[in-house]
Amino acid sequence: MAIGTLPVTATARGSLRTRVRELLDREAILGPLFITPALILILLLVAYPFCMALYFALSNAFIGRPSTFIGIRNFVRLWDSDAFRQTFQNSFVFTASAVAIKVVLGISLALLLNQQLWFKRVIRGAVLLPWVIPTALSTLGWWWMFNSLYSVVNWTGISLGLMSPPGPNWLGQRYYAMTAVVLVNVWRGLPFFAITILAGLVSIPQELYEAAEADGAGALARFWYVTLPMLKGVLAIVVLFSTIFTFSDFNIVYILTHGGPINATHLFATLARQVGIDSGRIGEGAAISLYLFPLLALIVFAQLRYVRNQAN
Amino acid sequence: MPVARRPFARKLRIHALLLPFLIFALFPFYHMTLTSLKQDRELYDRHGVPLIIRQAPTLEHYAKLLWDTEFLTWTKNSLLVTFIATGVSLVIGTIAAYALARLKFFAVASIGTGIFVTYLVPTSLLFLPLAQVVNWIGLADSKWALVVTYPTFLVPFCTWLLMGYFRTVPKEVEECAMVDGATRIQALWRIVLPIAVPGLVCAALFAFTLSWNEFIYALTFTSSSDQITASVGVTSELIRGDIYFWGSLMAGAVLGSVPIVVLYVFFLDYYVSGLTAGAVK
Repeated sequence: MAIGTLPVTATARGSLRTRVRELLDREAILGPLFITPALILILLLVAYPFCMALYFALSNAFIGRPSTFIGIRNFVRLWDSDAFRQTFQNSFVFTASAVAIKVVLGISLALLLNQQLWFKRVIRGAVLLPWVIPTALSTLGWWWMFNSLYSVVNWTGISLGLMSPPGPNWLGQRYYAMTAVVLVNVWRGLPFFAITILAGLVSIPQELYEAAEADGAGALARFWYVTLPMLKGVLAIVVLFSTIFTFSDFNIVYILTHGGPINATHLFATLARQVGIDSGRIGEGAAISLYLFPLLALIVFAQLRYVRNQAN
Repeated sequence: MPVARRPFARKLRIHALLLPFLIFALFPFYHMTLTSLKQDRELYDRHGVPLIIRQAPTLEHYAKLLWDTEFLTWTKNSLLVTFIATGVSLVIGTIAAYALARLKFFAVASIGTGIFVTYLVPTSLLFLPLAQVVNWIGLADSKWALVVTYPTFLVPFCTWLLMGYFRTVPKEVEECAMVDGATRIQALWRIVLPIAVPGLVCAALFAFTLSWNEFIYALTFTSSSDQITASVGVTSELIRGDIYFWGSLMAGAVLGSVPIVVLYVFFLDYYVSGLTAGAVK
């Protein structure tokens, strides 16, 4: 250890310096000092904007114009708008289906990755890649793959005899468009599920499997009675995290469909941008964004309870 | 003999089952790269085969991207924003994490919880009011708005990740140094931080990746061609009207991902460990 090389300058050069040093050694002073920058940042650029969002949502704020308080009129007006009701429904359909598919595929992929593999590192690296590449850019690749004239997805489907030419117009028909955005979200989010679940799998003690096998449990029974219960904690955390980030997704829909066709794929975030920035109705846009909040609060609450239970 | 062979057959089967997952993960990148290297004539040939290059590959889309657009400026902006935001967030996050993990002071537990909650607040909830804040502080349509706002999600992330790492450093090592006359800051600087280097590398990598990949703030707070980042430049400036230049667009998507891919190749293990630590710890 480098302890021996520490300069033991107990004889301070000035009494002021000694005093500062003594103060900094007290936890009740150094602690608050160390967290002040983070706190200032969070108060100014997270807490304050959040309060502003609350105010905006209750006002008729418009870009470059003074705003007045109008109560919950934004929220009422939103419920009267077809676009918003469609978005509300889309958000839940999108989140539920994407998270469900990611759970199933994530567990399958993690089980496969947990086996003896030839190029373990390379395979893991390849699996994780969609998660590290900028989503906005990789989604451009998918946009091109779903292009109405040159779609490689359709070309492959037609060549394999799975689709009749010309194949679906992926981004132009409502259900196909929703399928496409869910697919890209699954593509991007799957690595997070697979790698995290894999970490959970690795930590399951081997003895449990041996004991189950000794009791005559087959592969399926071992998965159901050993693997799944032992993965419960990791799965809960992964699902909670992913729900937050899927529910608040922006990039994929913005680039693939811009919320279209006719709002069929709009999510809260993309509609909030369209109303708040493109049309300039900040108040209404903020009200839309705030619809993210209740589910978010619920999940954060669940997360905190989980973390506390873990700590105890 | 058949007994010795069975593990091999099983291994083969596992790999066969993995293949669809690998194709799903990698095909978009393959297709993007392929498109960026094809000549327009082949690219827009509706009877061509989209899976391979048949005619001579070309770099013309890359040349067009680099010389006819502001792509280099966008990349420079991305690098500037990412490096400064990552550096600042790492420093703020490190000291906050140390305080929260090690020191006892007023309301330490609730502040820790507050930072965790902030980490879970998505950017798409705050971009509208933040755009107003950015206007008020005079940074409208400036890349510096991104330098100021990116730490709002990077600092909570770094703090949360590093708290986990600091907790794994034995308290005794630090106390030992302090008994020898080192101040707490010296002990942190010379004992704790060197032990926590893997954690710091991990936090730096993730912060770099998160800010390089950030999109909604960049799209909302900046719009001039000389202020935007690579992701925004490629997605908004290269798409004008109804005529898409798919070759250059894909070239932009490929080049815009290069810095992350380079980091990724060198630090794969950190990404894997950080991914699980960030979520589970």
